[in-house]
Amino acid sequence: MSSAVSAVARYDNAKVVNRFDLTKRLVARLRHDEAVIGGIGNTNFDLWSAGHRPQNFYMLGSMGLAIPIAFGVALAQPQRHVIALEGDGSLLMQLGCLATIAAQKPNNLTIVIMDNGLYQITGGQRTPAAGTTDYVALARAAGLSKCAWAGDEEDFEKLIDAALAEGGPTFIAARIDDKPGVGTTDRDPVQIRERFMMGLGVRRKV
Amino acid sequence: MNTANPAAAQPWYDIIQHTLKRNDVKLVTYVPDKVFTPLIKNLHADADFLTFPTAREEEALGILSGAWMGGRRGAVLMQTSGFGTIPNVLASLVVPYQVPVIMFVSERGTLGEFNLGQAMVCRTMRPVLESLAVETHTITRHDELEFIVDRSIKQAVATQAAVAFILSPLLTGGKVFAA
Repeated sequence: MSSAVSAVARYDNAKVVNRFDLTKRLVARLRHDEAVIGGIGNTNFDLWSAGHRPQNFYMLGSMGLAIPIAFGVALAQPQRHVIALEGDGSLLMQLGCLATIAAQKPNNLTIVIMDNGLYQITGGQRTPAAGTTDYVALARAAGLSKCAWAGDEEDFEKLIDAALAEGGPTFIAARIDDKPGVGTTDRDPVQIRERFMMGLGVRRKV
Repeated sequence: MNTANPAAAQPWYDIIQHTLKRNDVKLVTYVPDKVFTPLIKNLHADADFLTFPTAREEEALGILSGAWMGGRRGAVLMQTSGFGTIPNVLASLVVPYQVPVIMFVSERGTLGEFNLGQAMVCRTMRPVLESLAVETHTITRHDELEFIVDRSIKQAVATQAAVAFILSPLLTGGKVFAA
């Protein structure tokens, strides 16, 4: 394992960064049509606002399923790297998926958690885990050995580069502020899916 | 035995296994049910299938939806109470995004059920499927199993719509009350 993913950042010393800024940095590092699955709410909105790509999928409901959806894409297309962008509250709804993924070990999957301890889109209420639960420790205990807190923006970029270069599964968490998402996705599910499938080369335009 | 119908010699789980294979449905996730034991065992033993358990049924639907969008067909095995956990995912992902997930539900809660909780959740299943207009077949007869599953998988893929197969105790024997 490279030094990047064994970085020393912890929850308590990780810098609080901005989700839209991190999302732009992530998208800028994608060079091979990697698929990105955005979880509901602001995670999605910032992914959309970072510049729509045909390989982006936007969830409109099904809270907690960005990671399982990304895992499914990774199983179907082992040559393509797939990234799940998910919020902390959403992950809490589907923690079991970390165990499933740890057991199956998809090497083309990266999970990115944006943790502000808030259900931001419903009014900023604190999650039951806020300030108490360490998601990286949870992921490690689930059996994901490549997992880290992003110490700051540059550290996040290094962790993403390492995940894309070395393979995973990799789990990266970042502490983020409470700034709202930038913009909103369009909300046509069939169009979102068709565009995504064309972006993955599964469908051709008719 | 009806020798004119070789399928009659096969147990129900073998028919499901080869019908899935013939239709290129080779990713099968499950949250187990006692009734599915031989099918799960045989799928694990068959190198043509990728089979693994998930922690929850809604997680399985997420995985199958992603796999479909990436070009791979999949099915999920669950029991009746597991179905009771998935209406939100059906209503917000599978149905509106038009994803042809293939669901096999081992039916508990009827024909000799001994657990009131299972009997109650069973009554919620068909109204949920009906309200979302999900194609649903309750399979009771061995001689109809292959036809229903084979045709319905083809229909699901062609029409991009999910399908639910409810496997009745009349087909599988169900789970027997331990007196």
